[in-house]
Amino acid sequence: MAEREPILEMKGICKEFPGVAALTNVNFRLFPGEVHALMGENGAGKSTLIKVLTGVYSITRGTVTLEGRTHEVRSPLEAQQAGISTVYQEVNLCPNLSVAENIFIGREPRRLGRIRWKEMNARAKVLLKERLHLDIDVTLPLEHYSVAIQQLVAIARALNVEAKVLILDEPTSSLDQSEVQQLFGIMRKLKGEGLAILFVTHFLDQVYEISDRITILRNGEFVGEYPAAELPRIELVSRMIGKALHLLEEMPKAPASAKSGAETVAEAKGLGRKGAIEPFDLRIGQGEVVGLAGLLGSGRTEVARLFFGADRPDSGKLTFRGKGGGTRGIQSPRQALDNGIAFCPENRKTEGIIDDLTVRENIVLALQAHRGWFRTISRKRQEEIADEYIRKLNINPPNPEHLVKNLSGGNQQKVILARWLLTQPKLLILDEPTRGIDIGAKAEIQKLVLQLAGEGMSVLFVSSELEEVLRVSDRIAVLRDRRVVKEIADQNISQQHVMQAIAGV
Amino acid sequence: MNRILKHHLFWPIAVLAALLLFNFLYSSDFFRIGMRGGRLFGSLIDILNFGAPLILVAIGMTLVIAAKGIDLSVGSVVAISGAMACLTISKGTGGDSLALVLTAAGAALGLSLLLGLWNGFLVAGAGIQPIIATLILMVAGRGIAQLITDGQIITVNSPKYQYIGSGALAGLPFSIFIVLALFLLASLLTRKTALGLFIESVGVSPRASRLAGIRSGWVIAAVYVFCGFCAGIAGLILSSNVASADGNNAGQWYELDAILAVVIGGTSLNGGRFYLTGTVIGALIIQTLTTTIYMTGVPPTITLVVKAFVVLAVCLIQSETFRQALVQRWKTRRYPAEREVARHV
Amino acid sequence: MFNRKYVPIFVTVGLFALMFAAGSFRYTGFFSLQVILNLLIDNAYLLIAAVGMTLVIVSGGIDLSVGSVIALTTMVSASLVQQHGWPPAVVIPLVLAMGAVFGSGMGAIIHYFKIQPFIVTLAGMFLARGLCYVIDINTITIDNAFYTKAAQTRIHLPGGNTVSVSVVIALIVVAIGIYIAHYTRFGRNAYALGGSEQSALLMGLPVGKTKISVYLLSGLCSSLAGVVFTFYMLSGYGMHAIGTELDTIAAVVIGGTLLTGGVGYVVGTFFGVMIQGVIQTIISFEGTLSSWWTKIAIGLLLFLFIVLQRLLSSGKAAWKG
Repeated sequence: MAEREPILEMKGICKEFPGVAALTNVNFRLFPGEVHALMGENGAGKSTLIKVLTGVYSITRGTVTLEGRTHEVRSPLEAQQAGISTVYQEVNLCPNLSVAENIFIGREPRRLGRIRWKEMNARAKVLLKERLHLDIDVTLPLEHYSVAIQQLVAIARALNVEAKVLILDEPTSSLDQSEVQQLFGIMRKLKGEGLAILFVTHFLDQVYEISDRITILRNGEFVGEYPAAELPRIELVSRMIGKALHLLEEMPKAPASAKSGAETVAEAKGLGRKGAIEPFDLRIGQGEVVGLAGLLGSGRTEVARLFFGADRPDSGKLTFRGKGGGTRGIQSPRQALDNGIAFCPENRKTEGIIDDLTVRENIVLALQAHRGWFRTISRKRQEEIADEYIRKLNINPPNPEHLVKNLSGGNQQKVILARWLLTQPKLLILDEPTRGIDIGAKAEIQKLVLQLAGEGMSVLFVSSELEEVLRVSDRIAVLRDRRVVKEIADQNISQQHVMQAIAGV
Repeated sequence: MNRILKHHLFWPIAVLAALLLFNFLYSSDFFRIGMRGGRLFGSLIDILNFGAPLILVAIGMTLVIAAKGIDLSVGSVVAISGAMACLTISKGTGGDSLALVLTAAGAALGLSLLLGLWNGFLVAGAGIQPIIATLILMVAGRGIAQLITDGQIITVNSPKYQYIGSGALAGLPFSIFIVLALFLLASLLTRKTALGLFIESVGVSPRASRLAGIRSGWVIAAVYVFCGFCAGIAGLILSSNVASADGNNAGQWYELDAILAVVIGGTSLNGGRFYLTGTVIGALIIQTLTTTIYMTGVPPTITLVVKAFVVLAVCLIQSETFRQALVQRWKTRRYPAEREVARHV
Repeated sequence: MFNRKYVPIFVTVGLFALMFAAGSFRYTGFFSLQVILNLLIDNAYLLIAAVGMTLVIVSGGIDLSVGSVIALTTMVSASLVQQHGWPPAVVIPLVLAMGAVFGSGMGAIIHYFKIQPFIVTLAGMFLARGLCYVIDINTITIDNAFYTKAAQTRIHLPGGNTVSVSVVIALIVVAIGIYIAHYTRFGRNAYALGGSEQSALLMGLPVGKTKISVYLLSGLCSSLAGVVFTFYMLSGYGMHAIGTELDTIAAVVIGGTLLTGGVGYVVGTFFGVMIQGVIQTIISFEGTLSSWWTKIAIGLLLFLFIVLQRLLSSGKAAWKG
């Protein structure tokens, strides 16, 4: 085949929001039977491009053709009818409806307007079994199943409409390794059947594993389209982030000093919570960075939350700097705060920032909570503090009265960090502090962690990116199946060691 | 000019001024304040006096709404408080002794605090949605009030008790001073301590606030208790004003008027930022409206229709979607989904 | 297989049976089919309104205008029939259309301007109540032949029991409600909406149309309830059916529908209404208890069911891990 016809072609796409150009002159082609990765940092315009395709946004300029015809859709429904189906990062299905309904709703088999439940359930069962190798009870509400299965149900829904184009928007971000492989297997199968797949992800490994072609966007602009085999990884990264690459290279490697001998700051003994994490022991020394490595769902986040008292343990005890924090150890975030523990939660948007308050208010919040209702921080002092941390952490825009919800993800993360640094914690717990933020900010945050540890602060560092954990940690606790299985320290820290521990070989 | 227009008090004050202006044009007597028997009287004084219970309830409601809640039970609490006070006085011996009146007020307020605590417990402790949690007391509370009054209207003859709602101090109705005191108390509590910041923080995101070390549960419980307290005082004023307690009708529609006052005052029903002064002006607008309708000779029952339109108008003005509607509607009329999803990105 | 999503509905039915049994043991003359039928006769209007409310709550909304729309319907009916001499054959379709328009208007405002249903229907409640007084502030008694006939006609059942026309209407509404909720696309879309509006939108479901239709249906049910209420009271009055919105919400919740939306059954609502009826009947049989105990009892039941819902949903969360 010399030159195939693309099934979908976008040319010169521009999308402007009031005051912002989200997409400028973007081109995109998608061929049948290929997996095409759309790459770019946060804010590069990936989501906007997808929303244009799915009829959520209109375009300001440019043309979209689907199978040679002009593609103009005004709603997700019209896009589906035209053959473009989308599976979003956060499963966008209805948890209260049954699996079968989630696949069929909007196009249920009917006779004279009456929904034929039996036929629907049977067809759902067959669809899941034959195309996705999934054998589950389709009459149960979707919420009874894990996120991975929900994701597959979402794909089943997308396939059910005789899709020609399948958009997968970060489908792997909440799946573990075996689930990712299962998904990739399905993607290969669908590709073989001639489906065109647009794949968005943050994980480079996955891009190279599954994609045939890569399109890169940066700041809403089209950078280029490349066959995956001809684009070295380093090139991909540098094109995605432009000039910021040197930041990563300059990252200092964690000094392999034997800090574990230092004075104990926090110690968990038999700490556990039913259904979340088996009882475990973990010690954190002063100035030590302890990394938690493991797959999603292995109990990483649960350990971090127990250390902060965000969830209540039902066995064991957490002692902090020798003090018990009462006979039962630290049991609530408030207690943790008062003991000098700080926590940046995994879910920044819902558990971290208070989005309708200003940067200043967000920064002083934890300190004020620690001081109680009556020992207020004066407005003037608040402003000084806010200015100081905006400068220190390079928060942008540097306006303390800006509402925090209008900041980018990386800057929001810095605001939360500022909130906790202000309390001068002895132990800083970071759960996925760099998830979904651009590489520049990522590097800044990693640097900060090392710097703080150098100043004597202890850090518990959780991340799904193994490289990152390896880079910052003095000691790594490896988790598997809700159990702390191994501790790896100092000279033994290597990607291979940790991977082996995670895999359990 | 633009800054004035954007100030959160601009619209409430403008509406209030417009209403007062209308009254002035309609009847020049409106602003006349006379002196009779050592106390001032006139339409303006009446508005303050009759509006007192509503202002009180609305102040409590403001804090509840700011903390992402709502309290539908205030009307019932108003009735219960009045019933409790009147029952205590009618059962008590010593007729008009100060001790008895204080006992009555104490019993009523104590009960109100307890009811507020109950709401707070359901919302903060049991984690039930506020609208539902307080619905329970809204339904059952009327029954409790009637239980206290035994289904009768209890009338009391106690000048000391009546002083709360109809007495005068320095020529002004005593109730105005109660309102003033409570308003100052609320302002002090929220602006001079960190409570205001905590309420707003919890109102925006209870989960994130808890993880920032704020005891969200206590903050939420506190606002319901305070709201119950405000409703309790309102109940005292209301029953003292008419020297009787009516379990069935006292405080009817108060929850709605109070919510309306809060919304007019600029506090969003979604929680977060709150404006106590705005609420007071909102309550005054509602009371002035009622007075205006009485004065113009329109059947007073029309008030409900007018209120309906005020609720809608205020909500529409607050609605971001509506404000941008003229521009947006034209631009995106062919992409209805854009308006909806754009808010979530 | 025992599915825990049916737990609330079993509790509701069980509670109804238990209360009825308790009443039957305690009071002579309580245990008869006619007592149950009387529950239906007295609560037909509530049942009709509650069916509409169930759909609204399932879709994640709330409708506070129910009682006022009932009152407005009685008022408009009475005024047109009695004072203007219009034939009932014109008036009844007219008031039903009025209810539907009223409901869809509220739905449109909720949908297009993204204002909370609670506050919009609150305005609707004020408006409908106020319009009653615009028509007349006094009671208008109806002596039209059709209405009196509809009020007095009894349909005889085997065993010497009787029901009114309204009961038949109410039962038909319940049947239609069940059908709509479980066997039509519109009904399922309402459930999807209650589960997650954002998802429903991205799944390509007609969110706006569904939302507006749900309120339209609730308005229609309320006005039909108003027609039935007119048969029952034979008068139009602005103070009719005060607080009915609370009774309907209580019935829906006691019937096992989640107030957060997405889960619920019209059948459950039927039993929710019946439970309220049984409470009233027991209190009237008791004789020494005053009417306000009804409110306290319903408040207590609301509390119990809300706690039950809460326990079930948190249990589910724990189960999921």
